[in-house]
Amino acid sequence: MSVTEIQNASAALAPYIADFERFQGGRPASEPAFVQALRRAGMDRFSALGFPNTRQEEWRLTNVAPIVQGSFHRAMSDPNAVAPEQIAAYDFPAAARLVFVDGRYSARLSSIAGTPAFPAGMVVTSLAAALAATPGLVEPWLGQLAGFEQQPFVALNTAFLGDGAFIHVPRGVASGLIHLLFLSSSEDGRATVSYPRNLFVAGENSQLTVVETYAGTGAYFNCPVTELVAGPNAVVDHYKVQRESREAFHIATFQVQGERNSVPRSHSISLGGGLVRNDVNAVLAGEGIDCILNGLYLVDGRQHVDNHMRVEHAKPHCASHELYKGVLDGKARAVFNGLIHVHKGAQKTDAKQSNRNLLLSRDAIANSNPQLEIYADDVKCTHGSTVGQLDEDAVFYLRSRGIGQEAARSLLTWAFASDIVERIQVEPVRKDLEEFLFARLPKGEVVRQAV
Amino acid sequence: MLEIKNLHAAVEGTEILKGIDLTVRDGEVHAVMGPNGSGKSTLARVLAGQEAYVVTQGQVLFNGQDLLEMDPEERAREGVFMAFQYPVEIPGVSNTYFLKAALNAVRKHRGLLEMDALEFLTMVRQKMKLVQMEETLLNRPVNEGFSGGEKKRNEIFHMAVLEPSLCILDETDSGLDIDALRIVADGVNALRSKDRSFLVITHYQRLLNYIVPDYVHVLVDGRFVRSGGKELALELEEKGYSWLENLAAAPVGA
Ligand SMILES: Nc1ncnc2c1ncn2[C@@H]1O[C@H](COP(=O)(O)OP(=O)(O)OP(=O)(O)O)[C@@H](O)[C@H]1O
Ligand SMILES: [Mg+2]
Repeated sequence: MSVTEIQNASAALAPYIADFERFQGGRPASEPAFVQALRRAGMDRFSALGFPNTRQEEWRLTNVAPIVQGSFHRAMSDPNAVAPEQIAAYDFPAAARLVFVDGRYSARLSSIAGTPAFPAGMVVTSLAAALAATPGLVEPWLGQLAGFEQQPFVALNTAFLGDGAFIHVPRGVASGLIHLLFLSSSEDGRATVSYPRNLFVAGENSQLTVVETYAGTGAYFNCPVTELVAGPNAVVDHYKVQRESREAFHIATFQVQGERNSVPRSHSISLGGGLVRNDVNAVLAGEGIDCILNGLYLVDGRQHVDNHMRVEHAKPHCASHELYKGVLDGKARAVFNGLIHVHKGAQKTDAKQSNRNLLLSRDAIANSNPQLEIYADDVKCTHGSTVGQLDEDAVFYLRSRGIGQEAARSLLTWAFASDIVERIQVEPVRKDLEEFLFARLPKGEVVRQAV
Repeated sequence: MLEIKNLHAAVEGTEILKGIDLTVRDGEVHAVMGPNGSGKSTLARVLAGQEAYVVTQGQVLFNGQDLLEMDPEERAREGVFMAFQYPVEIPGVSNTYFLKAALNAVRKHRGLLEMDALEFLTMVRQKMKLVQMEETLLNRPVNEGFSGGEKKRNEIFHMAVLEPSLCILDETDSGLDIDALRIVADGVNALRSKDRSFLVITHYQRLLNYIVPDYVHVLVDGRFVRSGGKELALELEEKGYSWLENLAAAPVGA
């Protein structure tokens, strides 16, 4: 780096460092010491790493300069001041709903009684409340899964962690559906930043289904991190529906650790945001894990979405299946980077990865970069990626039967996305996504009729 | 119904149709025969409106309207139907739902009300019987994994549902076994009426034993070199195309 670059880089960090001191200073004295130490470690690492730039391999195709140059502040207004009507558009029936406004828990908008009531030992609460009430459940995992040695945004999130959702599902318990809604906005016309931090611990033989919805209005920067541990034999379905505002920056990490015979499944739907990066990292730390990572991204205009996947097969006899599909229109840009790392000794690994992109315009660009690092000899690893346009013969076939051109194209686009849509088991999430597609696709009403 | 005058068409800069004249009146069945690559499918695709085929000269009137001015979907809604020589597989789009959308687009254009689900299903069941199509093919994605014969039956099934006035069958008989050929031909015959016309493209006289044409035209190198009654097909079967290929250099009337 040149001298000016170093000066610019440290100038960009200064407000975060100052804000960190304010934030740490304002925390309740009762907070456990380990949290303070974790934050400090996060801040130290973030200060050392700085924001990434496009000369770094992991960020080669995603330029975060607009975030570096932006000026954001942590929201100060009351998270309970938001009217319940504002969440109606995103709400659906669930055993528990936790709402976060600009990263802070809103008790007024949330409802966590559990219907029927949660079984004994089950904890569904805000991270802040968990740190106060049951720090012993949090400490073994918080910050232990999502590493931040080389991940500046995880480091940044860790520096400011304090609120988000905490879910603990005891051994043998099935959770019911839990919905986490993260609403963001600019405040008094100024862009806000939030650092939601979620931790889900699914005990042995337990079952958890959790949906994270991100939505908002105006310009803001959302920097969430979710850590999940799926205990032995646990079945966990994690859904993330990203519907941030078009002016928003969304840089997120989802870190999963699977233990023996667990079934961790992730479904990532990325629809909104201006500049979006989703890191999904799965560590298969026990034998017999069946891990599924599905994703769908729909971008147009000048949206940029980057899905960075990293699957680590650390133990033998595990399967991981990744299917990510993208539909790009306008001048949108999509990046997919999928790394499968098979450790020495992880024999009988069955790893599959597929990334398919449909370009609806000439100006859209998709980059797909599969990477295999295999250090075991008895494994089955396959990957495939495609970037293509609609099949014009199929368009003509539909038109020759009376379907209009736009409707024909939309129908084929729908068909392309449908196998991901169909895999969504939470009905309201699937229905919402279908509605989103009907609204987004030209002549969507014909598609609605035809599917 | 259909009037083609001096039609020339090119694909990727090469002229394929070199002056076609044809008049099809209401209720008539015209067979078009000719060797591989002579332009039969090109003629069908030009009539259906596939954009890769560029009309360089000539005129096509469909019920007095300029057909070439219309988009493919407009032609379909006006009553033109082409059964594809190679029906396209469309993964992810269900055969029934697609057909319902197509039918409703056509009905809307014809000033008819959209069909509700029950009416549609009843009608569809009845039309399936016409070509003895398996009900399971309804719920599968359009043509995906269908056998060659199932694809061809599906085309005729679509045709039966959409009730076009001009039916263009591009080698619907190829890929069908003897029994299926019979069934499909019976289906087509059941759809014959005084105001529905057919352009039947085939290589084999056999189909024309079942679907008896009013006229037979032989296309060689982009031109009709001979037209006649149904006996022409028999003559062709006997003598082969080489008999007529020599005539291509000196077209009819020249
Ligand atoms: N899309 C295309 N691109 C390039 N050439 C084409 C295209 N479509 C047709 N042709 C050419 O035009 C000529 C006529 O083709 P066409 O398919 O109309 O023949 P056909 O009479 O239907 O033959 P067949 O009996 O084999 O079905 C052939 O030489 C073919 O290769
Ligand atoms: Mg042909």
